[in-house]
Order: sequence, then C-alpha cells, then structure tokens
Amino acid sequence: MEAVIEIQHLNKAFGTHEVLKDINFSVNKGEVVCIIGSSGSGKSTLLRCVNLLEKPSGGKIIYNGENILDNKHDISAYRTKLGMVFQQFNLFNNHNVLKNCTVGQMKVLKRSRQEAEEVAMKYLKVVGMDQYVNAKPKQLSGGQKQRVAIARALSMEPDVMLFDEPTSALDPEMVGEVLKVMKELADSGLTMLIVTHEMGFAKEVSDRVVFMDKGVIAEEGSPEQIFNQPAQERTREFLKRTLN
Amino acid sequence: MSFEWVVEIISNNWPMFIRGAGVTLLISMVGTILGFIIGLLIGVIRTIPTPDRKAKRIFLKVINAILSIYIEIFRGTPMIVQAMVIYYGSALAFGVDMDRLNAAFLIVSINTGAYMSEIIRGGILSIDKGQYEAAQAIGMNHFQTMKNVVLPQAIRNILPATGNEFVINIKDTSVLNVISVSELFFQTKSIAGNNFRYFESFFVACILYFIMTFTVTRILRYIEKRLDGPENYTMYANQMQVETPEDLLRKKDNH
Repeated sequence: MEAVIEIQHLNKAFGTHEVLKDINFSVNKGEVVCIIGSSGSGKSTLLRCVNLLEKPSGGKIIYNGENILDNKHDISAYRTKLGMVFQQFNLFNNHNVLKNCTVGQMKVLKRSRQEAEEVAMKYLKVVGMDQYVNAKPKQLSGGQKQRVAIARALSMEPDVMLFDEPTSALDPEMVGEVLKVMKELADSGLTMLIVTHEMGFAKEVSDRVVFMDKGVIAEEGSPEQIFNQPAQERTREFLKRTLN
Repeated sequence: MSFEWVVEIISNNWPMFIRGAGVTLLISMVGTILGFIIGLLIGVIRTIPTPDRKAKRIFLKVINAILSIYIEIFRGTPMIVQAMVIYYGSALAFGVDMDRLNAAFLIVSINTGAYMSEIIRGGILSIDKGQYEAAQAIGMNHFQTMKNVVLPQAIRNILPATGNEFVINIKDTSVLNVISVSELFFQTKSIAGNNFRYFESFFVACILYFIMTFTVTRILRYIEKRLDGPENYTMYANQMQVETPEDLLRKKDNH
C-alpha cells in the first residue's frame, strides 16, 4: 500500500514535558485511521504535529517521499494538501458560509471565483449545507458549523483529511449529523486521520485503529483486533472505562 | 452673554468659522486615516510570529525595537510640544520651511499612528487563536491570514476605539494654533481678537466642534452596523447563481 504520510521517530516536548515519544506510523492512501486514547495521551498534539500547527521537536514527517521538517520545505504548500477540521470549528467569522469555502481556494490555490464557487457548492452539497451559503457562522448551530468546516477543508481538495475531535464540542443531538457526513466521506474512499472519542464510530468506519497512551502508540491494529481482542492491558482498561 | 452678539459674530464672520471648521475637519480626517494606516502596518509587523531562522529573528527584533521607540516617544509627549519641535525644529535644523498645513498633517498622523498601532495590536491579539490556525491549516501565510481573516475582524472590533481617536483628533487639532495653522481655534482667536467678544466667539466655536464630533460618531456607528450585516440570512435554493457541471448537463437533457 502507498503511504500518503509517514511519521518516523516523531518527538514533541513542551519545555521539559515530553508529550510525544518516538511515534512511528503511516497513513495509506484511501485508508481511514482513527486515533483513540484518554485525554492527555497526546493524540491531538500528534494530529497537530502532522500539519505543523505544533512544531515537532524531532523526527521526520515524510510526504511524497520528502521530509517536510528539513526546513527547506514550503510549509504552506504542504498544508494545503492536508484538510484540517477542528474541535472548535474555527470558521472564519467575517465570512459567510460560501466565502469560508472559497477564500482559501482563491487566495492560496489561485482559483478563479467561478471555479472556487463551483467546487465549494459541490462540497457544501456533500455535507448538506448548500442552502446556507449566505449565512454567517454565528447564525449556525454547532453541527452545521462543523459540516461547513468539513466542506471548507474538502474544497481545498486535500490528499488527507485530519479531524481533531470533530464532535467533542457538539451537543449530543448534533453529533449524529456530523458523524453521518464523516461516514459518507469514509465510504467514498477519502484518506482520513481521525482523533475521536466516539468509539462506536471508530469501530464502524476505520480500517485501522491507533491507541495512544502517555505519549506513545500503545497498540495499533484493525478495529476488530483493538476492540475485541486487545493485546495490551492498558488498551483493555481504557476500553472498559470508555465503553461502559 | 448677549444673544445679539452671537448672531452678529456669526453673520459677520461665518466664512472664517466655516473655513476654520473645514481645516480642522480636513486635518483630523487626514490625520486619522494616515494614522490608521501607519498603525495597521505597525500592528501587523509587531504580531509576526518569531521566525525560525536566526538572521530573520534578529532583523525582526531590530524593527520591533525601532517601532516601540517610535510608539513610546509619540505617546509619551504632548502633541503641542511635538508640533513645536517638528515645525520649528525642522526649520532650524534642516532649513526645511514646511507648509503649515503639511506640518499639521504630519504631526497629527504620526501622533495618531502611535496610538493606533497599539489599538490595532490589541485588536489583532483579541482574535481567537483558532482563526489563525484555521487560516494556516488551509495554507495561508501570515500576511494572507491577516488580510483575509484577522484584520477584517480586528478592524470591526476596534472601530469604536478608532472613532474615539477621530473625535480626539478633531478636538486636539486646536493645539496646532501654536504653529499658526488656520484651524477653527486659530480662526476663532483672530475673530475674538478683533471684536473682544471672547465668550460669544468661542461659544460659536464650541457649537461647531460639537456638531463635528457628534456627526462623526453617528456616521461611525452607522458604519459599524453596516459592517455587522443583516441579522438574518436568506435560505438559498439553487437559483443557478452557481452552476455545477451536473446542473448544466441536466439542463441540456431537458431541452
């Protein structure tokens, strides 16, 4: 299988506090990888390191056969290839829904307005928000905001989509609509790396599950293996705590 | 005070009052706009994140140091003193005979710039970190992020403070009478010097100042409302403003 992103010996420390220790893993094309683990295990930091919102302290991130961290790389160009969906949505408050999805395409990818709007509409339709193009973010509910945020990331037509706990800030009744959209995306063959607390969702959509604990990858495997026959004691403990 | 005197002063001197008010308004408007631009540039430069490369980092540090010296000096000294130093100083030291009005523009602009840069820096810092991260995550650099995402929000937030600066400028241009700029205070002084009716003359000036500041605050409030946009949004049913290739195909099939 062809790896889109390969992470080798990644370390991240805040001061003397080591948050990530020697992380090795890769995301293959068309694969859906879920990262699970308790709060503070470093899963969000890992995701943020992948698109360099946090600067890793050491290690390599290989994308297209090249190490992104070798200082010669255009970080902005690399980031356009990764779509990021945040826990707090982070829609641009000064733009309406349509503009949220077109501004990156027009300013970064230099697409024409017409092309950008066509692409934006296509993905807004995918997430079911095409009727709200004129709305401002503050006029939308949490679930709607997150769906727009997904459309905004998709509009850049990235190689990989990164989701950082996309449903954690949502009211319970809105979690479903976002997960449904993500499930559809997963089924369409999009490469996705998802940090989540939704165990049922992780079990259902992922091709591979990564369990993190205290800054290291404790266990990695297929969802059946992780959820049904976890090899590690701490995985078992974590699942027992979260599933009940 | 006699009301007759006020009427007489106005009817005899209204062109001078109007001209004075016009100059006051012109200086404060140019000063606020140029000061805003200066503040915007400085605000953006002062919020550039520390670069990784050493040479760049030192360069940025030097620029930042120069900018803070500028801000501290112009915020820390009275405009009336700055006016004297810049106007007479430039004539004495460099032999530049500045036009009084240009000197006024310069003084008010750099003075306002020093205040505005701190106001704008505050406005930029008040924007949620998530907005920067989202912009960076779709590949925008610092200046694209500023221009398309952060500044529009920051400027909206600091509009009340900017209005404040404008009003302060309208009133504070009166200190420029020390370098004989023919603004409203200077004109009123000349008028009063002719008729010895100081109270009545300055009462007229008072009203003119108030009309100017009140109008400006109202206009800015209106702009704020306009920038906020409508409270409600209209649902958008595909009215072909954006046609997808699929739509076009479908249309072709129907005909």
